Amino acid sequence: MNIITIEHIAKIYQVGTEEVQALRDVSLTIDKNEYVAIMGPSGSGKSTLMNILGCLDTPTKGLYTFTGKHVSDMTDNDLASIRNKEIGFVFQTFNLLARSDALHNVELPLIYAGIGKEERRERAREALTKVNLEDRMDHRPNELSGGQRQRVAVARALVTNPSIILADEPTGNLDTKTGEDIMALFETLYEQGNTIILVTHEEYIAEHAKRIIRLRDGLVEKDEIIETRRVAQPRQI
Amino acid sequence: MTNFLFELKEGLIIAFNAIRANKIRSVLTTLGIVIGVASVVLMSNAIKGIDKSFQDGISSFMGTDNLFIDRWAWFSNVPWWELNKRPPIEMEDFEKFKELAELPIAVAPLNDAGNVTIIKGNNSVSDARVSGTNQDYIYTTNLEFDEGRFISELESNNARRVIVLGFEYADRLFPFGNAIDQDVQLNGKKYKVIGVLKKQGSFLMGSFDPDNQSFIPISSLFKDFRSKWSGSGITIVARAPNNQMLYEVKEEAIGIMRRIRGLKYNEEDDFTINQQDAFLEMINKSVGVIQIAGLFITALSLFVGAIGIMNIMFVSVKERTHEIGIRKAIGAKRSVILRQFLAESAILCLLGGLIGLLIAVAGGKIIEQFNFPVSFQIDSIVLAITISLLTGILSGLAPAWTAAKMDPVDALRYE
Repeated sequence: MNIITIEHIAKIYQVGTEEVQALRDVSLTIDKNEYVAIMGPSGSGKSTLMNILGCLDTPTKGLYTFTGKHVSDMTDNDLASIRNKEIGFVFQTFNLLARSDALHNVELPLIYAGIGKEERRERAREALTKVNLEDRMDHRPNELSGGQRQRVAVARALVTNPSIILADEPTGNLDTKTGEDIMALFETLYEQGNTIILVTHEEYIAEHAKRIIRLRDGLVEKDEIIETRRVAQPRQI
Repeated sequence: MTNFLFELKEGLIIAFNAIRANKIRSVLTTLGIVIGVASVVLMSNAIKGIDKSFQDGISSFMGTDNLFIDRWAWFSNVPWWELNKRPPIEMEDFEKFKELAELPIAVAPLNDAGNVTIIKGNNSVSDARVSGTNQDYIYTTNLEFDEGRFISELESNNARRVIVLGFEYADRLFPFGNAIDQDVQLNGKKYKVIGVLKKQGSFLMGSFDPDNQSFIPISSLFKDFRSKWSGSGITIVARAPNNQMLYEVKEEAIGIMRRIRGLKYNEEDDFTINQQDAFLEMINKSVGVIQIAGLFITALSLFVGAIGIMNIMFVSVKERTHEIGIRKAIGAKRSVILRQFLAESAILCLLGGLIGLLIAVAGGKIIEQFNFPVSFQIDSIVLAITISLLTGILSGLAPAWTAAKMDPVDALRYE
């Protein structure tokens, strides 16, 4: 079943008097329970593609269908609602609220979804338990290590049971070992039936996915299935 | 609805955290609102106080149900030289009026002696207001006595030299009290004090201050002071049984006066029936002017405060661009962000408003010490809260809207 279908997507930015074509013509589909990596050097348009896939931005041209809904012509508020309910973001810089503890950070999407306090707390605790942070719930981001912060972010992405998890360079700010832990976490989520889209420029990280879409100059250069993919193993502590 | 309350609560928590995180900045910013609200509340209460004291003063001085039949009109478009042609009202007119009038519950003559200095020992009151009247005058007023009594019929009929002092006069002439049965000098004539009036505590009343007046029998006034005032006539005070009857009493008074004066049907009245309404109207007008001017000035200070809030909210939005990006990325709608910042500026202003209110209450207490009437009521609390919330919401609107319509991609990228 297709979760994502994009057809002839283009994104053009106006920079001063110059037009920049970040995406020229991209078409692709992503199915349920796929593990996809989007790769490409900087300037290839992968960030733009991620923003469009994540409903943070709308394409200039083309059609984007997300779980059967036409996203390309949605209003700001409808997009916000899709991001809230259907998409879980994991960012390179974690993007946690600095003044809130882990539990509140994970709760936040549920607050915007209008879910009652009791259920919210319960689900946030559950999500934090899934990422093995049950004993760090009342810690603020600055009291957590990089790996722990990213796990809070993953918990926040999971808590709404989204259709896709969109991870933008999730290991970019982590050392190799901690990065591996995060990739192991994604592995588990994938095995549990989640759809994961990974945006990265690191070949090593991309090889964890089952399919790699390579972008260059705003076009899809290559869309390949990985036969022998890397499977991250959680460290035994 | 629950959703809204929920978001509101969430917004309040965020706002409190944000304010706590920037204590000094918040305090400084709020100062403008503190001053603004304090001055608005203080000003509105002072105006109310002044107004109330005017009204009370006028009421106790003239009585709300009284008519003042006079040659002169208090407020009139007729020039004074026209009025000056009218014959003065004399004591004989008063006697006739009293005999003919059936509706008033009390009728009394009234005339003022000009240029009188009251002396007691080393104390004196110069240019004192000395009114001559008779025993019935007390029934036309709401005057109350600290001690002693009003002029009696006997004293009035026999032109006895007795005097009733207003509170201030008594206080100035007899700083240590015990004024009753003491003698005072009125332009050299010896008068015995028979009564002292209760303090009315009115303010800014000028020549209508009930605490700054005194009464002597009108017959004594004619005997000792009238020569200077000959020709000006007296005023007849008539009190209606109640305010509803005022019109009928007035109509009757006009009829009687026309009869006394022997006016033909086509001749105009050569007297005026004055009412305190006219005064109240004038006072309301001037209080209204004070009110508008005062509120305008204080509104300006509030406006300056609002600009401060707006400024700091813009800074706050700018600083938290990245946070806004995060919130939007995980699904915060425009309205949520808008409410969040509106709540923050509203709370900021509300805190300022409450502090301002406290200052205003304290300031009011201090000013009261200087005998300036300040009328404090529940509505000043409501006023302060409403004004500060409104200011907060209005001044937060533009910054909050800037935040709400931010592009999530740009906001996330902002460092």
